[in-house]
Amino acid sequence: MRAEMRAAMRPEMMRATKFLLALAPAIVMAQGLDPAAILKPLSDSWPTYSGDYSGMRYSRLTQINQSNVKNLTLAWTSRMTGGAPAAGGFGGRVGGGAPTIVGGEGTGEANGPINIRASILQVNGTLYFSTPDNAWAVDARDGHTLWHYFWKTKGGTHIGNRGLGMWHENLYMETPDDYLVCLDAKTGKEKWHVEIANFNLQYFSTMAPIVVGNHILVGTGDDLDEPGFLQSRDPETGALQWKWYSVPMKKGDPGMETWGDVDTASHGGGNVWIPGSYDPENHLYIFGTGNPSPAYTNPPGRNGDNLYTCAIVALNVDTGKLVWYYQTSPHDTHDSDSTETPILVDGQFNGKPRKMVLHASRNGYYFTLDRLTGERLVTSKFSDTVNWAKGLDEKGRPVRDPAKDSTVAGSLVSPNNGGATNWQPPAFSPDTGLFYVPTNDAYAMYYLTETDPRGAMGLGGKDEAGITSMGAYLTAIDYKTGKTVWRHKYPGFGGNIGNGLLTTAGKLLFGGDLSGNLVAYDPANGKILWHTRLGNVSNAPETYMLDGHQYLLVAAGDTMYAFTLY
Amino acid sequence: MVERGKALYGVNCSFCHGSDARGGEGGPNLLRAQVVLDDQNGELILPIVQNGRPDRGMPPINLTTAQVADVAAFVHSFRVGGYDISRMTPPTILVGNAKAGEAYFKSACASCHSVTGDLKGIGAKYADPKTLQNTMLLPGGGRGGRGGGGGGPVVTVSVTPAAGAKVDGRLVRIDDFIVTLALADGTQRTFRRDGDVPKVELHDPLAKHRELLGKYTDNDIHNLTAYLVTVK
Repeated sequence: MRAEMRAAMRPEMMRATKFLLALAPAIVMAQGLDPAAILKPLSDSWPTYSGDYSGMRYSRLTQINQSNVKNLTLAWTSRMTGGAPAAGGFGGRVGGGAPTIVGGEGTGEANGPINIRASILQVNGTLYFSTPDNAWAVDARDGHTLWHYFWKTKGGTHIGNRGLGMWHENLYMETPDDYLVCLDAKTGKEKWHVEIANFNLQYFSTMAPIVVGNHILVGTGDDLDEPGFLQSRDPETGALQWKWYSVPMKKGDPGMETWGDVDTASHGGGNVWIPGSYDPENHLYIFGTGNPSPAYTNPPGRNGDNLYTCAIVALNVDTGKLVWYYQTSPHDTHDSDSTETPILVDGQFNGKPRKMVLHASRNGYYFTLDRLTGERLVTSKFSDTVNWAKGLDEKGRPVRDPAKDSTVAGSLVSPNNGGATNWQPPAFSPDTGLFYVPTNDAYAMYYLTETDPRGAMGLGGKDEAGITSMGAYLTAIDYKTGKTVWRHKYPGFGGNIGNGLLTTAGKLLFGGDLSGNLVAYDPANGKILWHTRLGNVSNAPETYMLDGHQYLLVAAGDTMYAFTLY
Repeated sequence: MVERGKALYGVNCSFCHGSDARGGEGGPNLLRAQVVLDDQNGELILPIVQNGRPDRGMPPINLTTAQVADVAAFVHSFRVGGYDISRMTPPTILVGNAKAGEAYFKSACASCHSVTGDLKGIGAKYADPKTLQNTMLLPGGGRGGRGGGGGGPVVTVSVTPAAGAKVDGRLVRIDDFIVTLALADGTQRTFRRDGDVPKVELHDPLAKHRELLGKYTDNDIHNLTAYLVTVK
């Protein structure tokens, strides 16, 4: 195609093109990633957590498609090593001569096995990604490391890291010990770091920062009884722009009527640990909040629905003010975070165009909401076994069955703690109108082990005994009805939640299965079109275009694999 | 220091904040309070103790700096974490009606099991009724948040290639592309799967246990457990 264009160019166009080409490198160097580029639908690059702001993980690329996916071949593979270099200190070098830059406020040299769960950014031919305490820049053409950054930690929960955010030449990483670190994307050198949560309160930070204009949106996690919040930071200095608490912090705060007392409310959880999606037209940042705390016990202070925990929330991104909310698990008692990525879709609903939010929650319920008001359009169950709710209320919210709380004698509950789904990114294809999500129909026994009426703190007070999975699936849901249109059962009995997903305009759906295979499915019906066994796929596949070739990228543990067509 | 602090705490603080510092008559849980979590040796607690919090109904308490340091040492001596250890643990999970459990057993379980045969003495085999209950629901279940897999009776599989004889064995691994069996002689054999070829039949000895999970009420489970613990 490029050759044809050249032949068709007239001399004046040639001159103009030469002029532009001469300027192009300088522009690229100066720009890094212009935040306006993230507004474009997902195509050649992958500039933010979900690829674009919609959360769809739907790429417009079609070079790899149903007709040729069977010819996909390995372009490169690259295994990452974390931690400080053996020599230690600034400017140390790891394999291939890439520098390791060391930062951090702690002394922690301990570094567990590398497991890449992050979304990987692809900007101007470079991949940027992270694991707890580690960040890398890697050449997207052959996988060689350009630089590695290692953060010496003060400790804390090192459960995962969802990726980096990028603004011009800056990269942003959250650390388990609650710092936001700004790195120079070209060199990996640290520009600054700021504290984003109080480590003493047992916060830990895993979220991929989301860049919207001149806002860096960061969230945190906490398993003790502390309040959740989302905050916006200045991209150049890290200074706080606004902070939104997901629970009432004092008397008179909105939502206080849904708690028994202020002390419990202001320790009530609702942590924001998965990135949300963004509606640029309406300046709405839309995301999910985590479980109320204490999670499994019911002290009088928790009497009520416990707003704004376990909810989909829309904030004005410029002010941090709440525009609407919809609670998916009122008064949750099973740690059913509603943090799973909401997907923003413009489509038909009841014969009229509508702006919507699609969300499959850890609690086993799927929701279609109006994006401007939060009005509920559809609620359905996407797991056959879910039994913790008695039914739906007039707003379509599941109504908790108190008999399915943790009890002394034991309650058989579905889903189990892992959930009917979890953080693994879902996907949506405008071609099929289907929402894709990895699901698990699992049972567990929940025993109440703390009978003190004051309850337990955090996730305490219960003993969970996993019983079994009745089946794990890749599930495709019609957003108009909430009905499951097809689902592919992973064979065997080792039920678990599968991996995150990618859809493309090449009429393909990619995801890792439960057995370590990366699989391409037909998004219309779940038919398998291609697979390769990598072993323990650990993130959602992504795709990008470089030098006229489309790449498919996925991580399995400490190793990245890129596939392409030659 | 902790002992001295405990005594001071008992006299001056426990009425409002509870003897275990987890909250009591009007006073909040101190263990998860920011001031306490940020405090090292009483330095942040001191001004609050000495000045009180009149807006929240807390009076000033007349303690010296050294005494507050002792109180702080006592409050910091508690383990504080997201996976809070239970203190008032119920002595037993058994609440069910053994007679109702026996009736349920006869209707739902007796076609495969007998309390004088394969389940003879089952109540004596498990010291903890919780283990018995989990095992009853799914032999091999009850370990952490993930279900299925080993511990219980094994899943067997029959594979019938397009050409050739049927092969039987214990299921090692199955996905959409591969099935691996352990054969009677201890060796393994793997077949490539391509849709319905070869024919693969899984034999799940626990299929009926799984079916029951969607049918039990929690009462059925409790009654059945209460009955089985009496089978000694």
